[in-house]
Amino acid sequence: MDKLRISLPGLELKNPIMPASGCFGFGREYSQFYDLSLLGSIMVKATTLEQRLGNPVPRVAETSSGMLNAIGLQNPGLEKVMNTELPWLSQYDLPVIANVAGSMVEDYVEVAKNISRAENVHALELNISCPNVKEGGIAFGTDPEVAKELTAKVKAVSDVPVYVKLSPNVADIKEMALAVEAGGADGLTMINTLVGMRLDHRTGKPVIANKTGGLSGPAIKPVALRMVYEVSQVTNLPIIAMGGISSAWDVIDFISAGASAAAVGTANFVNPFVCKEIIEELQAILDELEVEHIHDLKGRSWKVGETANYRA
Amino acid sequence: MIKVEKMKILSQKEIAEYIYELELQGPLVDEISMPGQFVHIKVKKANDPLLRRPISISSYDKNKQTMTLIYRATGAGTIELAQQTGDLNVMGPLGSGFPVEDVKGETAVLIGGGIGVPPLYECSKQLKARGKKVIHILGFESAEAVFYEDKFKALGPVYITTADGSYGTKGFVTDAAAQFNIKADIFYACGPVPMLNAVEKLFDKIPGYISMEQRMGCGIGACLACVCAVNGPELYKKVCTDGPVFPKGELVYG
Repeated sequence: MDKLRISLPGLELKNPIMPASGCFGFGREYSQFYDLSLLGSIMVKATTLEQRLGNPVPRVAETSSGMLNAIGLQNPGLEKVMNTELPWLSQYDLPVIANVAGSMVEDYVEVAKNISRAENVHALELNISCPNVKEGGIAFGTDPEVAKELTAKVKAVSDVPVYVKLSPNVADIKEMALAVEAGGADGLTMINTLVGMRLDHRTGKPVIANKTGGLSGPAIKPVALRMVYEVSQVTNLPIIAMGGISSAWDVIDFISAGASAAAVGTANFVNPFVCKEIIEELQAILDELEVEHIHDLKGRSWKVGETANYRA
Repeated sequence: MIKVEKMKILSQKEIAEYIYELELQGPLVDEISMPGQFVHIKVKKANDPLLRRPISISSYDKNKQTMTLIYRATGAGTIELAQQTGDLNVMGPLGSGFPVEDVKGETAVLIGGGIGVPPLYECSKQLKARGKKVIHILGFESAEAVFYEDKFKALGPVYITTADGSYGTKGFVTDAAAQFNIKADIFYACGPVPMLNAVEKLFDKIPGYISMEQRMGCGIGACLACVCAVNGPELYKKVCTDGPVFPKGELVYG
């Protein structure tokens, strides 16, 4: 039996590992390092209706065990993504999750309608949680009613299942999860980055040109884990988890917290081979834990009964 | 081809105030194609410092599979790097460097500011090997920060400037270029952005190349952190993969 093969709405995956959106471009750069067909899926860079140039530089700053970024959704726009990037990716045996962003409801709807018809796009990831753009993005992800309505409108035009990417920058993430579930979401991806900042010691000014940025990397893993733990207990939607994942044991943690799959972001910058290595190590860990399928571990952090008894 | 490998640290020493010279050995050197390329270093295995550090290649020897990096150890990552012994996780070579083939004219002027000086060393060596005359104008903060003066002198004339006047000519590299009436057929420059802007203005009649620096994430063109504004339809280019070396006139100086 294949211990890593999983089935999620729209997604039949050979393993539950995929690069997170914004950390892997459209795959070209990392295809220099390994065969992308090894991945379970790929969450491609956020796509907006028109080309976006992004924010001024500096766009990144390092923090303790983490990284702040404010790229600002730089992307070539829907047409180029449809005509160039997605066809290029179709050479791989790789279901694509397309990240959809916009500054108005109409933008999201237009991008979702078109991109969901691309042959290799098997699901959408609705980006209502980008903290680095002035309009749209996180504004849709912090008000439950707005998020629900947007989800419903995108769902109405999409040819493929819709996963909604939740922001951790809210008082109660469970409320947001339930709102997008009510709006018809097929799944959740969580978490996006936490808004943070870094100052230059000497000048006292923000290091990032955008002043604030989204915090990612190992520093945010405990927050992400707690949120997946909470949300997975109140919703039936499958969760693709991300937030500081850089090893196979991190993946096991998130599955144990209640996630169905895991995405790797910042760790790709540190080690370009990290997704491939995690997939290989996961198999070995499941053997060691004497687990027949990775989903046997799902939610064991809060479930009572036999699944809680695996050694780890 | 980009490699990620453990390279052997052959030596590491402080050659000026906060300036370290690091010599590494490994097959990665086989892949270097031109002077001015850089490598991306994970200074230690732990999560802190997390990201790799981009450092330009100062010189390399393909026969010995060695390369020399020169960096300033004033940030968290580079201070940690200065402590390392044994081997080092290096990704590279990355980016496009200084073109030295088919250069027209006899004389090249190489202009470096501070930690922008190192990649010019290999550039100068290769130009000299191709029969060019090389002139160097190297700017530093103060006398304590000066390095590689003798190494550059072995290749051609060297003009040193210091911002505080404690060594060489007081002022900036462009002041010295004007004062000594430097004439050349092509320029190569690496240093702070205001210096690059001033160099392009001063040498507006001859072709040239400049090398940019920017905070980086992935180093391979995926994360879009290290962009710079350029003239032309694309508006932005990536320092890590389109650069770090750009032809004169391409960059838009803010």
